[in-house]
Amino acid sequence: MPFQPVKFYQTGTFTVGNRLLAPEERSVQANMQRTNSLNSGHRACQGCGEALGARYAIDAAMNASNRRLIAANATGCLEVFSTPYPETSWQIPWLHSLFGNTAAVATGIAAAMRAKGRRDVRVIAQGGDGGTTDIGFGCLSGMFERNDDVLYICYDNEAYMNTGVQRSSATPPAARTATTMPVGPEPGNVFGQGKNLPQIAMAHNIPYVATATVADLHDLEYKVKKAIGIRGAKYIHIYVPCPLGWGAASHDTIKLARLVKESGLFPVYEAEHGVVTSVSRIRKRVPVEDYLRLQRRFAHLFGKVPAVATIARIQAMADHNIRKFGLIEEGADR
Amino acid sequence: MSLKQCEGSRAVAEAVALCRPEVICAYPISPQTHIVEALGEMVKSGELQPCEFINVESEFAAMSVAIGASAAGARAYTATASQGLLFMVEAVYNAAGLGLPIVMTVANRAIGAPINIWNDHSDSMSQRDCGWIQLFAETNQEALDLHIQAFRLGEELSLPVMVCMDGFILTHAYERVDMPTQAQVDAYLPPFVPRQVLDPDEPVSIGAMVGPEAFTEVRYLAHAKQMQALELIPQHAAEFRKIFARDSGGLVRPYRCEDAETIVVALGSVLGTIKDVVDEMRDEGHKIGVLGVVSFRPFPLAAVRDALQAARRVVVLEKSLAVGIGGIVSTDVRMALSGLPLPTCTVIAGLGGRAITKASLHNLLHQAQRDELEQLTFLDLDGKLIERHLQREKQMRRSGPLAENILRDVGVVAARIA
Ligand SMILES: Cc1ncc(C[n+]2csc(CCOP(=O)(O)OP(=O)(O)O)c2C)c(N)n1
Ligand code: SF4
Repeated sequence: MPFQPVKFYQTGTFTVGNRLLAPEERSVQANMQRTNSLNSGHRACQGCGEALGARYAIDAAMNASNRRLIAANATGCLEVFSTPYPETSWQIPWLHSLFGNTAAVATGIAAAMRAKGRRDVRVIAQGGDGGTTDIGFGCLSGMFERNDDVLYICYDNEAYMNTGVQRSSATPPAARTATTMPVGPEPGNVFGQGKNLPQIAMAHNIPYVATATVADLHDLEYKVKKAIGIRGAKYIHIYVPCPLGWGAASHDTIKLARLVKESGLFPVYEAEHGVVTSVSRIRKRVPVEDYLRLQRRFAHLFGKVPAVATIARIQAMADHNIRKFGLIEEGADR
Repeated sequence: MSLKQCEGSRAVAEAVALCRPEVICAYPISPQTHIVEALGEMVKSGELQPCEFINVESEFAAMSVAIGASAAGARAYTATASQGLLFMVEAVYNAAGLGLPIVMTVANRAIGAPINIWNDHSDSMSQRDCGWIQLFAETNQEALDLHIQAFRLGEELSLPVMVCMDGFILTHAYERVDMPTQAQVDAYLPPFVPRQVLDPDEPVSIGAMVGPEAFTEVRYLAHAKQMQALELIPQHAAEFRKIFARDSGGLVRPYRCEDAETIVVALGSVLGTIKDVVDEMRDEGHKIGVLGVVSFRPFPLAAVRDALQAARRVVVLEKSLAVGIGGIVSTDVRMALSGLPLPTCTVIAGLGGRAITKASLHNLLHQAQRDELEQLTFLDLDGKLIERHLQREKQMRRSGPLAENILRDVGVVAARIA
């Protein structure tokens, strides 16, 4: 693999890049020998959470697999911004086939590796929330059910960004998209719809399911590394803010990813064989409003007459998650 | 040479196994099921090794798994029919665009609605332009042989190949076949060396997005590769003959065409019946012949023209319908004959498994000999049924589901309706 010198690293957070740590405690990205699997120079928007998430996830996977990695990629932003012919940002063997079949394509790659006795090669499938929760759902469920030796990573930016921000089944209630217009008394996406894919993945009893955000990249790397070490089907759902689709500032990507977790709206946890085995506790609980206010897709909630009831319903969702997953230590809050 | 009495499906499964596939993935649909059941059994019993048999949740996944496996350098095989082929269409085009030499058996079957499991060619014909090579087998022996040739051809060109065999008529028929030995197949079919492969030691990106600056060129190359297949198919057939000591494959297969005034063009198993009719009519003194098309894609324009040009008339008999115009194969045949003053008639026959009888063919070909055949004929069409339905439509604003009404007229459900 061609060596690309590391161009920058992240400092100033708890997460990565701290070269004052002992080498074994450093993150993948802080390593001068890291792979840069997804090269800079691709065409993602400024502040794209998906680009960030993919770079960290794949670098961690490369590290964990000893650089024996093949990736299948669904149609979507990640595919389009990384491979406009004749350019490619991928330093790993990478295949794009279709929007809805990534999980099955990865199954095929894994089967080929098994048939050839290449037990060392690890296989990743990746797609957006649309490719994962909607059109590719059947193939993904099949991959889980057969327990194929694939790590599937969903980059959840909560809509179909590549086609111009339309609703997906991962779009949260009240969020405005191009197909959930701000008309009528309850603008934005409706309550009570949508799919919770990490939970659905758990219901398949696969060996490993985890959620993560791009605000805690060290945690993300840890989970990818762990998943690569497990044989069978693995699923990681990464929360990746999209400045363009959400109407958020490019510099707020990490902040939004932190707020979604700290509010309880996006529980960060791990599950093995269908049972939650660890949760990332909320450090400093915030009201959902702090998170919602930074995004134009929720702007209609904060007009002249604030949509108090709607905000309360969203808060109730966050509270429910906090109770359900035990996101706050007993007695630590309230 | 080892002669073996077996079902067509079994013959194909064994031929595929002799080709040493590494990944097999399929979803059941009649009349394809026996092929993949047999292969599944061979893989699970350890008889076929190393090979992975993947059970999937749909045909779309089956083709997708084959795509992944092929891109990762494995010889990949699948089989389907009818609704299954339609369900996988997006991935079918993709396999061709990515240049992956997957081999797929299509056990030809009609497409619903109305649902019908019997044989015609509507399914594979719907994929006429998908970029796959399409070979049609006349007999079980040929089906077996074409699979071996398909892997060789596909892998040499980096193109997927469909082997079409008539559902039930071939797949479920017990016939004697000459089963090749592993040594013969190994001598004919070298191991798969992919043009481009997903390999951590030499990473490549496959399936990038291509804009207007190069898309036409990419599509042109897809066409050019099929044109290369026109050269390779006869060469491969000749080589096949040397190793296996029998004729199989090729672009077209003429039968008693030399001095024929009327030549019938057809694909698949119906060629056997037509040949019998031709023999009988020859005995009566009619100068008549038949041209079997093995390679439907690429379509061998020159070979078809050569075989037909001395005739006085051409009848294309096809088991599929291009609704709104007529025949699918006919269009290609007419293109092959363009500029020649050769009247060409289309006969739509055998749809949804309707038997194509010798009696009907005799009748039809006598009509052709007298130049009384219309441009478009539906063989054995029940005019009375059609008339009744049209009458009904005139009387009612809504006539209800067409198929059910026709069945009632036929009397199949009369008891229930009364
Ligand atoms: C069968 C099919 N339908 C629709 C599309 C158009 N399409 C391409 S990407 C996309 C949305 C991608 O959304 P998502 O998976 O959430 O990824 P994102 O772009 O948001 O990262 C759609 C609808 C397609 N390529 N194929
Ligand atoms: S639209 Fe969103 S997901 Fe797509 S590249 Fe831009 S920021 Fe990233």
